[in-house]
Amino acid sequence: MANPASALTKNEKMGSDPILRTRDVTMRFGGLTAVKSLTMTVPRQSLYGLIGPNGAGKTTVFNVLTGVYCPTEGEIEFDGTHIEKKKPYEITRLGAARTFQNIRLFADMTVLENVMTAHHLRSRQRLPDAVLGTGRHRAEEKETRERAMQLLTIFNLDKFANEAATSLPYGSQRRLEIARALATEPKLLLLDEPAAGMNPHEALDLMRLIRWLRDEMKLTILLVEHNMKVVMGICETIQVIDYGEEIAIGSPAEIQKNPKVIEAYLGGG
Amino acid sequence: MDTFLQQFINGLSLGAIYALIALGYTMVYGVLRLINFAHGDVYMLGAFAGYYLANSLNLDANPSVLGAIVVTIGAMAIAAAIGIVIERFAYRPVRHHSRLTSLITAIGVSLLLEYGGQVVFGATPRFFPQMISSRTYSLGNVQITNQSLMIIVVAVIMMFGLEFIVHRTKIGKAMRAVSFNLPVARLMGINTDFVIAFTFALGSALAAVAGVLVALSIPRIDPLMGLMTGLKAFVAAVLGGIGSIPGAMLGGMLIGLMETWISATAYSTYRDAMAFAVLILILLFRPAGILGTSVTEKV
Amino acid sequence: MSLGRKLAVIAATVAGLLALNYVFEYGFGDFQINPYYARIINLIGINITLAVSLNLINGLTGQFSIGHAGFMAVGGYTATYLTVYHGRQIAALVGSTPTDPIGGSLVMVPSLLAGAAAAALAGLLVGIPSLRLKGDYLAIVTLGFSEIIRVIILNIPAVGGATGFTDAIPITNFFWIFSMAILTIVVTRNIALSTFGRALFAIRSDEIAAEAMGINTTRNKVMAFVVSAAFAGVAGGLSGQLFANPLNPQNLNFVKSIEVIVMIVLGGIGSITGAVLGATILTILPEALRTFDQQFPGLRMVIYALLLILLMIFRPQGLLGRREFTWAWLRPSKRRPVLG
Repeated sequence: MANPASALTKNEKMGSDPILRTRDVTMRFGGLTAVKSLTMTVPRQSLYGLIGPNGAGKTTVFNVLTGVYCPTEGEIEFDGTHIEKKKPYEITRLGAARTFQNIRLFADMTVLENVMTAHHLRSRQRLPDAVLGTGRHRAEEKETRERAMQLLTIFNLDKFANEAATSLPYGSQRRLEIARALATEPKLLLLDEPAAGMNPHEALDLMRLIRWLRDEMKLTILLVEHNMKVVMGICETIQVIDYGEEIAIGSPAEIQKNPKVIEAYLGGG
Repeated sequence: MDTFLQQFINGLSLGAIYALIALGYTMVYGVLRLINFAHGDVYMLGAFAGYYLANSLNLDANPSVLGAIVVTIGAMAIAAAIGIVIERFAYRPVRHHSRLTSLITAIGVSLLLEYGGQVVFGATPRFFPQMISSRTYSLGNVQITNQSLMIIVVAVIMMFGLEFIVHRTKIGKAMRAVSFNLPVARLMGINTDFVIAFTFALGSALAAVAGVLVALSIPRIDPLMGLMTGLKAFVAAVLGGIGSIPGAMLGGMLIGLMETWISATAYSTYRDAMAFAVLILILLFRPAGILGTSVTEKV
Repeated sequence: MSLGRKLAVIAATVAGLLALNYVFEYGFGDFQINPYYARIINLIGINITLAVSLNLINGLTGQFSIGHAGFMAVGGYTATYLTVYHGRQIAALVGSTPTDPIGGSLVMVPSLLAGAAAAALAGLLVGIPSLRLKGDYLAIVTLGFSEIIRVIILNIPAVGGATGFTDAIPITNFFWIFSMAILTIVVTRNIALSTFGRALFAIRSDEIAAEAMGINTTRNKVMAFVVSAAFAGVAGGLSGQLFANPLNPQNLNFVKSIEVIVMIVLGGIGSITGAVLGATILTILPEALRTFDQQFPGLRMVIYALLLILLMIFRPQGLLGRREFTWAWLRPSKRRPVLG
C-alpha cells in the first residue's frame, strides 16, 4: 500500500534519512520502568502519532526526546545528531520544539511577548547590544516583533496580541503554545495532547492546522493524543505503547484492526 | 586519644543543642514547607523565660534539680504559646501567598523578636542563675561536667519523647499526614490548622529546652543569641534532610562535632563560616540531605 | 534615537549632575544645602543603585537572592583598597591628590571599575553553583555565601578587619552617586526591554517552558546575577568612600541584604520605578523616625519589623504592584532624563 510519506521524501537528499530515530530507549525512575526499549523511526515531514492507554508513558517519551530526562539506556538521534545527553534548550536549538500537556504559557506576558520570547535562540544580539541600545538591537527587535505578528496572524490570534496570555480561552491558549513553538523555527514539532479539552469543531480546525504545518511549512509532526478522531484522521504512522513498551506500529487502518491494541485499550492486563 | 574523647563529648553536647532547635525547623518545614526564620529567636525567648522563672524561684540562692525542672517546663509552656501566636498571626495570613512572601514574613518576625527583645530586655546580656551546682567528673584524663552530661541526656529524652508523639499518637499521625499532603489531609477530615499550631508549639517547646540547657553551661544570654545559633541549627536540619526528624537529630550532632573540632584548630575564627560552607556543599551536592528524600517536579 | 541625539542627552545629563554637584558642595548664592539633608540624599542615591540592581535578579528573573550585601562588600572593599593603596599614584598622574575634587574624581573611575569587576567575579563564582537551586534553597545558599564573604573580610587586617575600613579616602560625591544610580536604572531598563530581558522574564514565569523554547536558563540567570552583583559592587565602592561612612563587615551582613529586599518588595518586586520608590522611602523613614528613636530607643527597628510583617500580610505586591514588567512602567519618570 502506498505510503504517503515516501512521496515527500523525493524532495530530501538521497537515501532519505529519518528526522528522528531512537534505538532501545529505556527510562527508569528508581524501580519503575516508564519506557521500555522504545525504537522509533520518524520519517521527515511525516505525521507521526504516539498513542496508548493512560499512564502508558507517552509524556515520559516526550520528556526523554526533548531532554527533560536523560534516558537510562538507548540512543536518540535527531537530524543526524545524538541527543541523549543534551539539555532541552540545546535540543530546541537543533530544531525540535514542543508543546506541553498542561499548557505552559508565560503567564505574566502578553500573547505577543510569548511568541517573541521563543525567538530568543535565533537572536544574534549580544548583551552589550541590549544595554547600549544599538542599531542592531533595534533592528532585531523590530524583526522579532514582525515575525511574531505573522505567526499570530496565521493562528488567528493577532487581535489578542496585547492581551495577557492566560486571558485567552482554552482552545486559543493551545494554539498559542503551538505558535510559540513555531517561533523557534523548528524542523520537528512535538505536540503533547494538542486536542485536549477541545470541542469537535476546534479539533477539526486543529487537524487542518497540523496538516497545513506539514504541507506548507515542511515540518515533521510527532504527536501524542487521546482523541482518536484526530489521530486516525491525520497521522500517517501510529505507534502504540502500553506500560512504556511498543505493542504495535502501522497505518491508522492497520492499528484499528490490531488485536493487541484493542486489548490494551479495552481491558485485559 | 584523650583530647579526641574530650572534644567528642563537647561536640555531642553542643550538637544536642543544635539538634533540639533543628527539630523545630524540620517539623515546621515538613508541614508548611516554610523556613521558620524566627525559630532561633524562640530559642532565645525560651532562655529568657527560663531566666525570669529561675529568678522568681530564687534558684541562684537555692539551686535544686526540682527547681530546674519547673523552670524548664515553664519555659517550654511559654515558648509553645509564643510559637502558636506567631503561627496564628504572622504565618497563617500569608499561608496562601507565595513561598517567598512567607519567607519574608518569617524574616520580619525574626527581626521583630530580636529588636523587640532588645527593647524589652535591654541589649546588655543577662546572667542566667545557676540552677544546678556544677560538678566535674573525671574519666581518666577526660573531664566531663555534669552540665554537658545533662544536656546530652535531656536532649536524648526529648528526642525519644518526640519520636513517641510522632509515631505512636493520633496527633503524630495527623502531623505526618499533613506533611505528606496538606490539602488531602484536610479533605480526610484532619483539622490542619490545629495540627500546624501543635507542630509549632512542639518545636518551640523543644527550642526552649535548648535555651535553658545552654544557659546551664554558658549562663550569658542576650536578645541576639538566637541569630547565629538558629542559623547553624537550620544548617543542621538541612544537613540531616529537612523534613526528617531523625535527620535533624543526626545533622545537629554532626554540626556540633564539626564546630567543636574546628574551634580547636587554627581556623577557629572561621567557625561561623564553616556552618555556611557545609550548607552550601550540601545544597549543591545532596540537597535532600543525608536522610532526606528528593522530590522531582512533574513536567 | 540616533547616536548623535543619544550623546547629546548623555552630555546634558552629565552637565546637569555636575551643576547639581557644585550646588551640593558649595551652595548657590545664599543657598547652602543642609549637610544632614545632603547626606540623606546621597544615601538615597546609593540605595537606589542597590535596589534597582537587586531587582534585576530578584524581580525580573525571579531568583530570590539574599546575598546582595556580600557583593556590595566585595566591590566596596576592592574599590576602597585601590584608592587607599594606589590612589595617590593615580591622582599624581594629573598632578593632583585624591582629596582634591579633580584628583578624587579621577581616582573614582578605576576604583569603581575595580569594585564592579571584583563584585562581578564574585557574582560569577557564587552564581554558577547557586543558580541551579530554586526558591528557598537558592535564598539560603546566597545567604551562606554572603556570610562567608563577610567572615573572610573580617579576617583581613589590611582592610581593617572588625573595626572597618576607616582608612578610606572620602572621594564619593553627589555626582558619582547619582550618575551611577542613573546608569543602573538605564542599564536595567535596557536589559528589560531586550531579548535578554524577555528571556529572564520567561525564566521567572516558567523555567521549564523557557528551557523548552531554547533559552539557556543557567547561562542567562548567571549573566543577570553577574550584572546585578557588579552594580552592588559599585554601590559598595560609593558607600565605603562616602565621608564618615566606612565599610564594616558587621554592617554588611544578611540584615543589610534584607533591607535591600524590603526596598524592592515595598516598591513592588519587578518594577524599576518601585525599586527607586522603595529605596527612597526606606532611606528617609529611619531618619524621620530618629527623633522618635531618641525618646524610645530601639523602638524604631521594632516598628520597621512590624511594618514588614504587615506589608506581607496586607499588600505583598508592594506599592506599585507585582505588575508584569511592561513597557509602561519603564517609561521615564519626570524626575530624571533617560537615555535610549
